[in-house]
Amino acid sequence: MEALKSDFGGKAHVALNDPKLRANFRRAMDGLMAKRAAQFPDAEEWKTLRARGAAVRARALARLPELLEQLEAKLTANGVIVHWAETTAEANAVVLDILKAAGVKRVIKGKSMVTEEMHLNAHLEANGIRAVESDLGEYIIQLAGQAPSHIVMPCIHMNKAEIAELFADKIEGQTYTENVDELTAAARRVLRDRFADADAGISGVNFAVAETGTLVLIENEGNGRLSTTLPPLHIAVTGIEKVLEKLEDVAPLLSLLPRSATGQVVTTYVNMISHPRQPGEKDGPKAVHLVLLDNGRSKVYGDVELADTLRCIRCAACMNHCPVYTRVGGHTYTFTYPGPIGKILTPQLEGLDCAGDQPHASTLCGACAEVCPVQIPIPDLLARLRTEAVSPTSLAVKGGGSGRSLSESLGWGGWAALYSSPRVYRLSARLLGLFGNWMPAWLPMLRQWTSVRTKPKFAAKSLHQLARERGYSHDER
Amino acid sequence: MTSARDRILVRLKSAPRRTMPERPDWAAPRYGEGRVTQFRAMLEAAHADVCEVARADWPERLRVILANKGVSRVLFAPATATGRQLAEAWAAGDAPKLVPYDRSIEEMKAVLVHEVQASVTTARSGIAQTGSLVLWPTPDEPRLMSLLPPIHVVLVDKGNIRDSLAETMQVEGWAGSMPTNAVLVSGPSKTADIEQTLAYGVHGPKELIVLVIGDDA
Repeated sequence: MEALKSDFGGKAHVALNDPKLRANFRRAMDGLMAKRAAQFPDAEEWKTLRARGAAVRARALARLPELLEQLEAKLTANGVIVHWAETTAEANAVVLDILKAAGVKRVIKGKSMVTEEMHLNAHLEANGIRAVESDLGEYIIQLAGQAPSHIVMPCIHMNKAEIAELFADKIEGQTYTENVDELTAAARRVLRDRFADADAGISGVNFAVAETGTLVLIENEGNGRLSTTLPPLHIAVTGIEKVLEKLEDVAPLLSLLPRSATGQVVTTYVNMISHPRQPGEKDGPKAVHLVLLDNGRSKVYGDVELADTLRCIRCAACMNHCPVYTRVGGHTYTFTYPGPIGKILTPQLEGLDCAGDQPHASTLCGACAEVCPVQIPIPDLLARLRTEAVSPTSLAVKGGGSGRSLSESLGWGGWAALYSSPRVYRLSARLLGLFGNWMPAWLPMLRQWTSVRTKPKFAAKSLHQLARERGYSHDER
Repeated sequence: MTSARDRILVRLKSAPRRTMPERPDWAAPRYGEGRVTQFRAMLEAAHADVCEVARADWPERLRVILANKGVSRVLFAPATATGRQLAEAWAAGDAPKLVPYDRSIEEMKAVLVHEVQASVTTARSGIAQTGSLVLWPTPDEPRLMSLLPPIHVVLVDKGNIRDSLAETMQVEGWAGSMPTNAVLVSGPSKTADIEQTLAYGVHGPKELIVLVIGDDA
């Protein structure tokens, strides 16, 4: 994990030359964009709902430390055991300790991006505990030994034929079929037994309500409900930013999240968990734990502008609408969170020294900010992170300044000098007109540009010169 | 040595304070007289079957529906009013066999996971905007009833159908009374993880049958 470093350029090059991958993403993203658009036909409703959603998240963040304490107190009073972890390694250790203490051998998992961030499955596996993913998409990529390529639809990079082949290969007694109902039924058959024999369920959390000590989980399949109801032990894992002030705040966010994510008015299930099994109750886990993971979030919180990143409710609308993500797919981003949200979150969690290229993998077209249901100004934050990479203005960003290069500093320094003196500007324009085209394409900076483009040509005469010759004059001394 | 908790909270508390925005006005939609129609349309759009039926008639109506589906074993909650009505009505004749959920899941796992074909539960209320059923499981009507059987039958009183989640939470005072688990159900279990193609019944019920109970219907 420590060795992970973003290689956006290299991976994008490979992805762009993979027609199957590009077709899979194009089809999926086009569909998701159309479905989302159909959910918000009324611009006025979108405006007021989204303003409410953004305010609710901003309020929760403004009171984050107090709300976390309130959440802990409420959950503890409800009988839920709360743990805190500063790093992913700590969170993995906390989960493992709980499982070991309960003698757990088999775990069933509901979908959780935070556990992907932790690489929890690998950690459990290394310690003799088998964790089976139960969300269909997550199950598929676990069978394939891959990582999710989208935060809502993990196996969106695969098509039916690839999944059919995978199932025929990995599921006992399964013959090759591209029939989606049959593929789904095969997964149900296998996973039903895994639910039944699991000693513990692990899930993520969509919203943690401080007021009532309630964990809200949304999903369509029912695997999240099964993972949190059937096994005798439930461990929920969440980032510290997911907390909400009041239960009523869930309503507007629930009206934004599924509509933005998959174009559904609501998910099939909204699962609200407040207690472990109470005396007299016949089912539900006897013990419920919540692990609160920091992993750099409290550092992000230290910068008021960048902390807007933490408003995210993980709907994935930004990636669904991103012209870059659509063309290169989620695996190009190396880390857990791809697309625009990943481009602002990953460099802050992992450091600009590890993922400094990601804020640059954007045209700043603004499509992401336009659809973000909680109004995260993603392009502004991308620009801010680009600045932090070369001239840090805040200590908040890990690896700030790591993007500085001598040639770039000299280049910009020279450009600034040139443009601030009319005389030097005129002289250099003339010189470039005469000799600029002799400049070799391999010069630093020019090299990156010319690797995929023809070298720009200098005109023999500058615009100023031409204008003067035609008799235009201005206030030049 | 300080704990992870203390270190995280210290970092958060030492961050610059920020202004708290007000919650800007936002109102969930209202449906007036069209409430039940909206509720029904949304559930049907989500692939659920909806029947409006009178309070006295539902057990017989349900018997016919389930008979047509070839269901022979139905999980029910024997200690609830709904369960008692069902047991009484189905006692005579060729009704499906009623299996009571009357012991803990540890004792009933095999029956619930593999054997029963359908279950009957009640919903505390319905939400018109999204076509959602509010399930509020109790010791007598446990959580897994609505999740493990392939067919889930839910009874909801017409009078308990409300406009929106926001209204329901407020009118019913949820914030002061959250149970162990509360669930909104808005259709049968589904997935679109394989090429965005909808498939039903991936883990939860494949079919959701909603009986809207009215005193007149």
